[in-house]
Amino acid sequence: MSTTSVLGGSVRRREDPALIRGKGRFVDDIKLAGTTHVAFVRSPFAHAKINSIDASAAMEMEGVIAIYTADDVRHLGLLLAQVAIGRLRPLLADGVVKHAGEAVAMVVAENRYLAQDAADAVEVDYEPMKAIVDIKEAASDKAMVHEELESNTLITWEAGPWGNEEGIAATKEKIAEAKKRDDIVTVSMEMKNQRLIPTAIEPRAVIADWNDGYGRMTVYSSTQIPHALAGAIAKTFGLAANAVDVIAPEVGGGFGAKLNVYADEMLVSFASMQLGRPVKYTESRRESPYNTIQGRGWVATATITGTKDGEVLAFELDGLADMGAYTQNFTVAIPFLGTFVGSGQYKFPTHWKIGCVTTHTMTTDAYRGAGRPEAIYYLERILDAYAREIEMDLAEVKLKNFIPESDFPGAVAPIGFQFDTGAYQTNLKALTDSAEYSELKSLRDKARAEGRHVGLGLSSYVEVCGFGPSALSGLGFSWTTYGLPSAFSGSGLVRINGDASVTVIIGTGPSGQGHETTWAQLVAGQLGIDYEKVRVTHGNTAESPMGIGTFGSRSAAVDGAASYEAALKVKAKAAQIAAHILEASADDIEFSDGSAHVAGSPDKSVSWEDIVTSAYHPHMLPEGMEGGLEAHSVFSPANATWPFGAHAALVEVDPETGFTQLLRYVTMDDCGNVISPMIVDGQIHGGLAQGISQAMFEDAIYDEEGNLLTSSLVDYPLPTAQDLPSFNLSRTVTPSDVNPLGVKGIGEAGTIGSAQTVVNAAVDALYDLGVRHIDMPLRSRRVWQAIQDARS
Amino acid sequence: MTVNDRSVSGDIDPRTLLVHFIRENLNLTGTHIGCETSYCGACTVMFDGRTVKSCTVLAVAADGATITTIEGLAKNGQLHAVQEGFWERHGLQCGFCTPGMIMAAVGLLEENNNPSEDEIRHGIEGNLCRCTGYHNIVKAIEYAGAKLRGEEPPPAEWEVSA
Repeated sequence: MSTTSVLGGSVRRREDPALIRGKGRFVDDIKLAGTTHVAFVRSPFAHAKINSIDASAAMEMEGVIAIYTADDVRHLGLLLAQVAIGRLRPLLADGVVKHAGEAVAMVVAENRYLAQDAADAVEVDYEPMKAIVDIKEAASDKAMVHEELESNTLITWEAGPWGNEEGIAATKEKIAEAKKRDDIVTVSMEMKNQRLIPTAIEPRAVIADWNDGYGRMTVYSSTQIPHALAGAIAKTFGLAANAVDVIAPEVGGGFGAKLNVYADEMLVSFASMQLGRPVKYTESRRESPYNTIQGRGWVATATITGTKDGEVLAFELDGLADMGAYTQNFTVAIPFLGTFVGSGQYKFPTHWKIGCVTTHTMTTDAYRGAGRPEAIYYLERILDAYAREIEMDLAEVKLKNFIPESDFPGAVAPIGFQFDTGAYQTNLKALTDSAEYSELKSLRDKARAEGRHVGLGLSSYVEVCGFGPSALSGLGFSWTTYGLPSAFSGSGLVRINGDASVTVIIGTGPSGQGHETTWAQLVAGQLGIDYEKVRVTHGNTAESPMGIGTFGSRSAAVDGAASYEAALKVKAKAAQIAAHILEASADDIEFSDGSAHVAGSPDKSVSWEDIVTSAYHPHMLPEGMEGGLEAHSVFSPANATWPFGAHAALVEVDPETGFTQLLRYVTMDDCGNVISPMIVDGQIHGGLAQGISQAMFEDAIYDEEGNLLTSSLVDYPLPTAQDLPSFNLSRTVTPSDVNPLGVKGIGEAGTIGSAQTVVNAAVDALYDLGVRHIDMPLRSRRVWQAIQDARS
Repeated sequence: MTVNDRSVSGDIDPRTLLVHFIRENLNLTGTHIGCETSYCGACTVMFDGRTVKSCTVLAVAADGATITTIEGLAKNGQLHAVQEGFWERHGLQCGFCTPGMIMAAVGLLEENNNPSEDEIRHGIEGNLCRCTGYHNIVKAIEYAGAKLRGEEPPPAEWEVSA
């Protein structure tokens, strides 16, 4: 393994001492005096008219305080969504339900047991209607999911075609020429990228506490986006932005599912205002898939046209993505995010078209990778199929079609977006030339000699993250719908305290990414102050600067850069103060070991304590200098960042049963500079587990009537420790040029790189049996069936 | 019952789950609820010396039992070797599954303080983690096993590669 650390190094995490001793504080751990508890009445039907709701018996039950229906909350309007294309969600079903598990009524009671008892006693008279579940059926528009919409296809994202008019002509000409030479191969496959349930181990939870004495709402929520939630609540209830404080304490995993504003967050806020008591809702696991967004859910046909010696002439993707019934935060924007990487790392002309289709199912939105795993899956699967068709090594095909390194930085993808930095050939070769990769090949060959079906899968990826440039705010990369003025800029505040400890306040919303550790490393390193003396706080909108939250692998590249620049500002001012005290030039001041020193005169120094004392006694400062020693920075990068990498997997299939096992997994990721190798590797491990799990285990299945058949962890199996191997990670380092840290982001790379790598390996294992593709997940029955189909 | 060496009692609704009793009545919120179906293991506690999932045990069934939760694991301010291992080897990210995972690992190492990687993976199979891919959890338990055997733990991967 090779790693390069330029900025920090691996230190034990700041977050851990509380979490390993059971002292971490998650939303459900918070108890406010007088708290009431919520349970929802949920629809058993995917599509039904609500004839009546009778809560009279339930209202009489022990401990019941209130029961609300759509009549009580209709005046608040629909749930706000940042990209509001499609039908927005009513806070409670209003006359009709559009997906199984939709909330119909809300019960508030003295404790959660009593609330659930009463919810079970609410009588709802439903008139079931035909549910549209199949995405192709929905796209045919034979029946409408929402009568008021003109089409079930809410929007179609199209990129290309093949660049521009000139590009189309050139591509057509090249294809015609190749045809004349009889040097043309076309490979086309329809493939599913199945629906997933994000399944953070902490179910979502929210507490709203309205105090009409102060006229202030305090909301505790397990959210990745506290500021956006505060804005949404303020806007929904007509409150001033500074009348709503959102606190996101420890958040037990997010993966995009907590990158959303939820109806339950509005409803507990409403109930708290009505009742004058704190109101708490904690999702049960069983209702979570009906209440918290799902992800993926695409079906698309990928087509490659190329020459017999591996020059790809055109790549096309044409498909549909399932949006579910209601549009939430970024729902229809997720496939759009896929277009960014639609042509991957390659220079070949690309035409990309995905229709966003509504169905009578739970809403989909951002799940780890969000559009990019889907895009890369289709591209890399069809490229693998093409390489096999022309009997050429996939790595060779890649090298032949990669955007050349000489085009970087600033290469432009055929699909139209501009990259930051890239070195795709170097990265791929680092993997394929490695001892680890050679070992995979020899293990495969040895196993095959023994008659075993072992396959080696390879894939590479580029992704886009680090959102983002403020110029993209018009494309939905902002929180303007929630009333925030913000583009997705980063922000950070650095304050030197009287004892020369440092407080860093950031606008992110981490859920396990270790920001308290990484940001402390960044700031301590700049100020020459001991890491142990730097405390990082986040997740309280009342005290933090304007914040965007944590998602899209953006935090280090954008907010990290902001905190870094704030530290530089503080340092520059401290240098002037130190220079004044030491009667030296500010240019000669250096910081280390908790003090400022004059370069070349080691005996001339002043401690941070003395500097900060001066800062708060303005008469001790240089003429005209403002008092205080803290700084805030907002950072907006010139471009997003574009991490990339190459992965390889070794998979064994038992052809008699279809049982598929992942034996080895090797990565060569490139996320630019690395602050903490420990944390970066941890992010890759977790990302891999989720991508591999999509390939092998997870599948959110609806029946024809729209019932979710996989709403428990028994039916929706997450991988256990026994299902996964240890991972073998390496990296190349190509620093980004769009932020001062040179970092790119790593939260999603593992997921984006892995699903197709595993499927490519399974196809490799079964190619000799005639198997050309197996849709995910590679569960035994499906794999066994693919083998039978190939044999017949 | 005795919880973390303290004798406790409470007057409760008979249907109260042990995990709710621990969290709500005793205010020991380190034991988490992830699925309420004994599948995820976030609620794992020690019950008379064995690990159980407290979301599917009625509190009344624990009458007279000796329970250890994550809060009772460190003794005299000294972290248990498994807690130390999770910290030293980045065995946690969001930390939500961590208390249950640590209790499961404690149970595993009490039975076998020198488990192979396969034995570790098998031993924690009843506890789900969504953040780490289990890679560093395995390393954390290897670290703790070495500590419990009085051996020097293997170096961290990032120390080897640095």
